[in-house]
Amino acid sequence: MKKTVFGIAAALSLALAGTAVAQGYPNKPVTMIVPFAAGGPTDIIARIVGDHMSKTLGQQIVIENVAGAGGTTGITRAMTAAPDGYTIAMGHLGTFSAAPATYPGLKYDPLNGIQPIGLAGGTPILIVARKNLEANDLKSFVAAIKATPDKFNEAHAGLGSVSWTTCTLLKGQLGVPKLNAVAYRGTGPALNDLVSGQIDFMCDQIVSVAEQIKAGTIKAFAVASVQRSPALPDVPTTTEAGLPEYQIEAWNGIAGPKGMPKEAVDKLVDALNKALNDEATKKRLLDLGAVIPTAADRTPDGFGAVIKRDAAKLDPALKNAPR
Amino acid sequence: MDMFSNLALGFGVALSFQNLALCFVGCLVGTLIGVLPGVGPIATISILLPITFGLDPTGALIMLAGIYYGAQYGGSTTAILVNIPGEATAVVTTLDGHQMAKQGRAGIALGTAAIGSFVAGCFATVVIAALGAPLTKMALLFGPAEYFSLMVMGLCFAVVLARGSILKAFCMIMLGLLLSTVGTDLETGQERLTFGIPALADGIDFSVLAMGIFGFAEVLRNLEAPEARDVVRAKIGRLLPGWSDIKQSVMPCLRGTFIGGTLGILPGNGAVLGPFASYTVEKKIAKDPSRFGKGAIEGVAGPESANNAGAQTAFIPLLTLGIPPNAVMALMVGAMTIHGIIPGPQVMTRNPELFWGMIASMWIGNLMLLIINLPLVGLWVKLLQVPYRLMFPAILIFCCIGIYSVNNQPLDVAFTAMFGLFGYLLIKLGFEPAPLLLGFVLGKLMEEKLRQALIISRGSFVTFLERPISAGLLLVAVAVLVIALLPSMSKKRDEVFTE
Repeated sequence: MKKTVFGIAAALSLALAGTAVAQGYPNKPVTMIVPFAAGGPTDIIARIVGDHMSKTLGQQIVIENVAGAGGTTGITRAMTAAPDGYTIAMGHLGTFSAAPATYPGLKYDPLNGIQPIGLAGGTPILIVARKNLEANDLKSFVAAIKATPDKFNEAHAGLGSVSWTTCTLLKGQLGVPKLNAVAYRGTGPALNDLVSGQIDFMCDQIVSVAEQIKAGTIKAFAVASVQRSPALPDVPTTTEAGLPEYQIEAWNGIAGPKGMPKEAVDKLVDALNKALNDEATKKRLLDLGAVIPTAADRTPDGFGAVIKRDAAKLDPALKNAPR
Repeated sequence: MDMFSNLALGFGVALSFQNLALCFVGCLVGTLIGVLPGVGPIATISILLPITFGLDPTGALIMLAGIYYGAQYGGSTTAILVNIPGEATAVVTTLDGHQMAKQGRAGIALGTAAIGSFVAGCFATVVIAALGAPLTKMALLFGPAEYFSLMVMGLCFAVVLARGSILKAFCMIMLGLLLSTVGTDLETGQERLTFGIPALADGIDFSVLAMGIFGFAEVLRNLEAPEARDVVRAKIGRLLPGWSDIKQSVMPCLRGTFIGGTLGILPGNGAVLGPFASYTVEKKIAKDPSRFGKGAIEGVAGPESANNAGAQTAFIPLLTLGIPPNAVMALMVGAMTIHGIIPGPQVMTRNPELFWGMIASMWIGNLMLLIINLPLVGLWVKLLQVPYRLMFPAILIFCCIGIYSVNNQPLDVAFTAMFGLFGYLLIKLGFEPAPLLLGFVLGKLMEEKLRQALIISRGSFVTFLERPISAGLLLVAVAVLVIALLPSMSKKRDEVFTE
């Protein structure tokens, strides 16, 4: 309801501002669909980046949360919308790279059938475990899992979630694809049972688990990125800890339906880059433990390549995952 | 004592002019959206989130928290006056609250709800301040197995103590459980009972079912005899409960606070159980249980206190563990992270002014709700004097807007209409819709917890008996069922319930 009020207010101010604003893209508010519930990591990044992009575009970016089916409901809606530049979406690793292998009946083709705009942020993935698990480093943990896979329980936030996707990749690489997996509705409840020791380990984004690690209620084995995270300087990278092939990042990126006007794509790319260069916006993202994407990844081509790269990486593990 | 110096710090923060103003705005907005059927705190908080960017984190969270418990409070107003529970926690209030309104005691019902909520809020604030940290440890004892057993116990109570036929109540709960299984299977991603409709892939939304079965059905029923139910709008009665009312409500209110406060701490939205458990207890220990469902004041005082106490203690897992117990709290996590405070076990030590400021502001907020609401009761009740031909379309429109705003799905509105027809049918056939809603609310969680417990135990059902807390809860559940089904008891029960 408030959204309509905003819309009316925006329309009114537009009418008052006269014809100068009405020319060219954008001449009305842009809807950015977030395919998850408000308050989650993707939503937060969309709101922070969208807030600054609105200033550059001179039009409000309205965030619309359309949750469901691991984010594919919202992305489907955005990718099948009119390609006029007024409907875009903030998706992530799961909805763009993992979705084709996860959801056989997917109604959009993230590899060739969308218009990438650019990466908006990346979040490192950590392998974390309950604090009283016997293994104290990644090597002994991996050895224990390979020796007695039946003794372990892994938690994830539901099929299609980042934690499911990244942990399925890990289990695939370790050769234990059938390891006992316990599904939760979201990271919060899963984390609760990890803290209380009901389950043994999970893979999740740094923003969800960093404070628990600092407080010592759970322990971290490794961060699956090239460099250590400044938020957790004591946690080794997977390369340092002896599992260099496990490299994955939970990125968020903006895309729209294929066939958008070039002017709209250029203006959105420009607004995204200005947002990510803005010190205040940058600080907000860094505070979350996020990584600011490189200049190359903030372009349609760069982002498109990231989608294809990670899809190729995830494909075998996801297709072999037990259903 | 530490607690007092901490609370002093908290009140110092909360009593600053800016924070007082934000708390007031939050409570006012919360009450308003709570009163409007359908527009819930989740939608409102997410829309207002960007507006708080400019505020300091403590002020922003004080305002958002105000919206949350303000909405809990406003929701009961709609439940009492128009028999629509805006929130899952207000379902129980419709039972006796609306009956009171029909008897011309709407004012007293609203007053009791306001005072009960305030008392509960005061106690809950002290509990959070004093016991926040130790209570968290208790919540951690509840794994999937314990949680499942707790819900089994809750449903057993629901069957035994429902109004009317035990068989009908059982059917309603089962139907509720069945409806909760619609949607994508959590483990396998298979779609269940969706008939290929994409909008059903994530199941039926609570507000869709509740608005339909309670809201739309109520409107339909009223259309049957357009002028017959003018009692509610004709007479509001006094606002402040009389001495005999107060005497009747004191104990239910205190018991409700205790029950709601305890359940609110549990992970996985235990707060939903609070009002229901309180209602059950009140009905069980009442001298004359037959008054329940016909406007018993205990049936308003207890659940309303439980509701508010639970709404506040639900902050405990968030503030002490950094783990949100329900959807609104998950949104609060988002709000905190946007402001650079990542919720976790260290918030209390690292951001004491935020932690204690929020707790102090809750008490102030409860006082404000009382001050805002008692005079406003007159205004809310005036709304009911609007002729039905204007009010019913308005209720339907607000419901539709509210439902659409939850997921931005047009089909949700159509489903609500369908459930409205279904709810009307239930009323005609003498089925209570409340147990259905309870089964629905608990069903999703129950299935999830059951499967988690079984996966962890590698498929062994013995896990529910091996774990002492879980076994204890199941024992109580069985005892309740046995007592209810004993021939002598069930005969007495029939006598009580047939009239």
